[in-house]
Amino acid sequence: MSLSDLAKPWAAMSYGFLDASAKRELRRKMVKAVAVPGCQMPYASREVPMARGWGTGGLQVSLTLINPKSVVKVIDQGADDSVNAASIRRFLARVSGAMTTTDTLTASLIQSRHRIPEEKLSDNQVLVLQVPNPEPLRPVQPNMSIARQMHADADYSRMWLQLYEQIVCSGRVMQGASYPSLVNGRHVMTPSPIPRWDVPKLHMAEHLTILSAGREKRLFAVPPFTRVEPLVFDDVPFQVEDHADLSCYRSGARGFFMNEIPQDDGTSQYELSDSEYGVKTIRDREGDPVRFGETWYKNGKFS
Amino acid sequence: MTTMTLEPPRLVRTKPLLEIRDVSRSYGEVRALHKVSATAYPGEVLGIVGESGSGKSTLLRMMNLEELPDSGSYHLDLPDTPGDLFELDRFARRMLCATRIGIVYQNPHLGLLMKHSSSGNVAERLLIAGERRFGVLREKAREALSASEFPLERLDAPPIELSGGMQQRVQLAKAIALEPALLLLDEPTTGLDVSVQALLLDTLKRLQQERKITMVIVSHDLGVIRTLADRVMVMRRGEVVEVGLADQVFQDPQHPYTQQLVHAKL
Ligand SMILES: Nc1ncnc2c1ncn2[C@@H]1O[C@H](COP(=O)(O)OP(=O)(O)OP(=O)(O)O)[C@@H](O)[C@H]1O
Ligand SMILES: [Mg+2]
Repeated sequence: MSLSDLAKPWAAMSYGFLDASAKRELRRKMVKAVAVPGCQMPYASREVPMARGWGTGGLQVSLTLINPKSVVKVIDQGADDSVNAASIRRFLARVSGAMTTTDTLTASLIQSRHRIPEEKLSDNQVLVLQVPNPEPLRPVQPNMSIARQMHADADYSRMWLQLYEQIVCSGRVMQGASYPSLVNGRHVMTPSPIPRWDVPKLHMAEHLTILSAGREKRLFAVPPFTRVEPLVFDDVPFQVEDHADLSCYRSGARGFFMNEIPQDDGTSQYELSDSEYGVKTIRDREGDPVRFGETWYKNGKFS
Repeated sequence: MTTMTLEPPRLVRTKPLLEIRDVSRSYGEVRALHKVSATAYPGEVLGIVGESGSGKSTLLRMMNLEELPDSGSYHLDLPDTPGDLFELDRFARRMLCATRIGIVYQNPHLGLLMKHSSSGNVAERLLIAGERRFGVLREKAREALSASEFPLERLDAPPIELSGGMQQRVQLAKAIALEPALLLLDEPTTGLDVSVQALLLDTLKRLQQERKITMVIVSHDLGVIRTLADRVMVMRRGEVVEVGLADQVFQDPQHPYTQQLVHAKL
């Protein structure tokens, strides 16, 4: 027997682009992250054919989770058709043979930047969020060694102090995206730059969420049915963005998160941020058969 | 004729609140503390004097459980804090330090978040203790600042914009916000002009009388110690050279170094 008999036949590329050891590393860290919800797990971040900061963390998780039966949806700021979303989706399909979709309901693997779809995800779906800065304590503690100690001690008083300062200086909590949230009553995480609107969607959700930062080499998870509570004072309630009464100028849909489009005359128009939901609404209006999923918000109210 | 006893009965009968024994600490070659023991009785003000570099601030850092000594033990006579506090784990030390001990540092930059609001600096203490109601935080921060005679119209000004005297008052408010059993003051008046110094001393004195907090005050200014302290401990080169009642030490210093110190002052 020679060495070449034992070795696998040569191939130009591994399935799903990443080599087996890179995937094993990610799988191990994902399992750990699921075991300790909200706790950041450092991992060996590989090079992928994309610049760090463009979603390499999310991409590595997706490449590890993908299989030929997967149905992939990729979202960038709510849209399926942005250049970044389109190229990641095409790349995922090319290296795995998986199918792609823009429909939230049929996707099994959703990689997203900045948004969680408006339609509810279910227990057979995995949401992968791209995270630029995984450390919620960074604004209050630039020294990462001390920050890690603070996580170990569950010492989050500085996070509350930050909210206190915002209320004192501006009269309200100014934190918009990445609103710090307590996961499973233990670890504070920054839920990637999703708007406050999307934070309640993570609380006791049916689906698994994995948040991964490629440049910072850290991932963390919100397993199904896990408590995710935004940090708030007992007497100052958490508020999502005021989008409940806005309606989309293209589809007419109301009560969802909108993108603001400033107009020349100084006013603003609004457009559904979840582009696929907008497309569904328009097709429905034109009489096409469309299947809508249950949405997290109904008439602008979280339910 | 009977001779007058120098130790009042109170000190004989009561158990000390703070008891630190044989604490030593070296930084490489520098012997900052060598077998230092100290006690402070409930409601008492213990003054520590000594030349620069004699280890006063180091001793205070140990009392605040910020730093551990090479050897020695530390007891506080409080409910739920039995045993040697230097043996506690980091988390327990931090909680004890945050909830039962208050400190005012020589250098306000050590004790304050310079760019946060002053009330926020005080509120942080309450947040560590688990307070989660904004209204209560605000009210208690205001109370503590007003108790330390801080001008309340500057409530939300960041310490970096305040005068040195006001910064010390923010530190003081932060230190007393949780009604600590022990208040540590490291040269609280150094660097302030004489009139501001006198006002701050008045505040300290009033607080001490009203709240009966046990205080340990470090200063190389004998005047400050004389106004506040019940008992005095004299340190030199990391060792205690003399301990006694304030009046006694100032009127009849025993150790040659203390004599020198007292006479230099006069
Ligand atoms: N973190 C440290 N690292 C190295 N040496 C230190 C450290 N802290 C204190 N020392 C040394 O220990 C000695 C005692 O310092 P300490 O600050 O306690 O003096 P002090 O009595 O407070 O003086 P001052 O009156 O000037 O404030 C000094 O020689 C100092 O250089
Ligand atoms: Mg000092």
